[in-house]
Amino acid sequence: MSRGPEERRFTTLSGLPVERVYGPEALAPDAAQRLGEPGAYPFTRGVYPTMYRGRLWTMRQYAGYATAEESNRRYRYLLDEGQTGLSVAFDLPTQIGYDSDHPMARGEVGKVGVAIDTLADMEILFDGIPLDRVSTSMTINATAAILLAMYIAVGKKQGVRPEQLEGTVQNDILKEYIARGTYIFPPEPSMRLVTDIFAYCAKHVPKWNTISISGYHMREAGCTAVQEVAFTLADAIAYVEAAVRAGLDVDTFAPRLSFFFCSQIDFFEEIAKFRAARRLWARIMRERFGAKNERSWMLRFHTQTAGASLTAQQPENNVVRTAVEALAAVLGGTQSLHTNAMDEALALPTEASARLALRTQQIIAYETGVTNTVDPVGGSYFVEHLTDTIEAEAERYIRRIDELGGATRAIAFMQREIEDAAYRLQRAIESGERVVVGVNAFTIEEEPPRGLLRVDPALEAAQVERLRKVRAGRDAAAVERALDRLEEAARGEDNLMEPILEAVEAYASVGEICDRLRRVFGEYEAEVSLP
Amino acid sequence: MTRPIRVLIAKAGLDGHDRGAKVIARALRDAGMEVIYTGLRQTPEQIAEAALQEDVDVVGLSSLSGAHDTLFPAVVQALRARGLDDVVVIGGGIIPAEDVPALKAAGIAEIFGPGTPTSEIVEYVRRAAAARAGSPA
Repeated sequence: MSRGPEERRFTTLSGLPVERVYGPEALAPDAAQRLGEPGAYPFTRGVYPTMYRGRLWTMRQYAGYATAEESNRRYRYLLDEGQTGLSVAFDLPTQIGYDSDHPMARGEVGKVGVAIDTLADMEILFDGIPLDRVSTSMTINATAAILLAMYIAVGKKQGVRPEQLEGTVQNDILKEYIARGTYIFPPEPSMRLVTDIFAYCAKHVPKWNTISISGYHMREAGCTAVQEVAFTLADAIAYVEAAVRAGLDVDTFAPRLSFFFCSQIDFFEEIAKFRAARRLWARIMRERFGAKNERSWMLRFHTQTAGASLTAQQPENNVVRTAVEALAAVLGGTQSLHTNAMDEALALPTEASARLALRTQQIIAYETGVTNTVDPVGGSYFVEHLTDTIEAEAERYIRRIDELGGATRAIAFMQREIEDAAYRLQRAIESGERVVVGVNAFTIEEEPPRGLLRVDPALEAAQVERLRKVRAGRDAAAVERALDRLEEAARGEDNLMEPILEAVEAYASVGEICDRLRRVFGEYEAEVSLP
Repeated sequence: MTRPIRVLIAKAGLDGHDRGAKVIARALRDAGMEVIYTGLRQTPEQIAEAALQEDVDVVGLSSLSGAHDTLFPAVVQALRARGLDDVVVIGGGIIPAEDVPALKAAGIAEIFGPGTPTSEIVEYVRRAAAARAGSPA
């Protein structure tokens, strides 16, 4: 039966060419070795032998806004609805080390996450949530050491020992310089803070994931799937090198490294991307760093569906996009997953939209049957070929970054690559070459959406008032002593986690702690350029 | 003699999402305009000062963090304090429709939401700059 000739070039979202059909010739000669067994090197098929037959991924919805009370309420709601792990969103002042009363915090308090100034806020945030029974992921980078110290301190108050705590700090400062923007200090002292957390947790908080090396934000900023793998692993290489330079044995900290990827809308490309990242990281750890522990070779990752794929137009369509992206993450073997809510191109999710997002995961987990067998797409000629291609292309990028002196020296290079890719995609959308349903095709006249979540503007003043009360009620001399000790440690080479813990337990604020560190470390000055 | 339209693209507040700001900056530049991008974490005062120094016709503000209600009007105030009453201020980001009337009342000329084609923004800036050039200074 004949059909019309093909009229265009077919590519993935990231621009990789796609053939009409794939057959056995698309497989590499050593395909069986490249595939391996689930739970064994090179982990193409998954990091665990039984994958979701043994345990489902952790359903972990990123949430937090306004005050600690409000966020605490949302966490309890999500746990009641069957969520299995917490994921804390902090507001920008907390992430950038400004107290709620700092002039730079104006208008930002409690907006994109919860405002945490002192341990008093953190106590409220986890009130009634037993820290020995949940795992908590915190999206916190420049101030990760401070918020981790606060979490340890809250645990102690609940009678939970640090060695019982489970969770993750994002602690990935390199991608902040590249794409996310919540940096404070220059790269060198920032890398010291990162590796201080590695060393401290290896000793005291052994079940903690000390970093979540993130491609997500670079992908959201516009990079391709190949670049996401390459830039994330290049950053990871820089962290491993820094830790080894700081005197840590690779197998003491590498098993606690974790990763964070985006799941975009090109279904097969995303599945292949996760598989390629796993295989490439296993090889890097074994061959480049000589790691001996199998757990050091395992790329365990969290996934979030792509915020950038969501549209403000016809927001209900976003439920479908998110479901497809979530399915790709599951078929790609994710360890935990956040599904975006349909209203995220408009505002923070409401309780109802947050529940629907969680239900999307639950339907995939409990109804579709995709969890019954490990790596069900393994052996697909197309997926294996894409996996090989993404791995090879990412490796080429990593070599290029190595030539530039590694990720810490290649920040501007990666930024340029991301910006170029973002601009290419925008042009493809505007020319109609790429269709976005409801945006450049199938549009309708719409009423503006109603019932969006709003953060009460009175909250900023209330948070400032609470901070004032904490300052008035604490032992001022103890705070000064702790901050002096921290500053002295920062000038020397001691691990900074202990003095930071002492300072937060004296109710020193995030801003006060960061100001002492700014005094010693200075601040990062970003280069601004348009390509 | 006509000079190219000059535009300042600015990230107001602490928000680090600058994909949109950079894409729009490039689109305006590709349309023949002179574009200055401030980089992240600009206070309203810094933005107004940059607008003065760079002698721009249009200021484009971006915020995805929900701080627009506070920061965008503050930029307009800071521009007026420098006598730049006729600089056209536009904004974009994650800005709920119900916030737009208040922003317009505060002096923001137009708000462009997610999914707006850059060609529409280019056209708007051209018209706004032409109207400004035509008006008595």
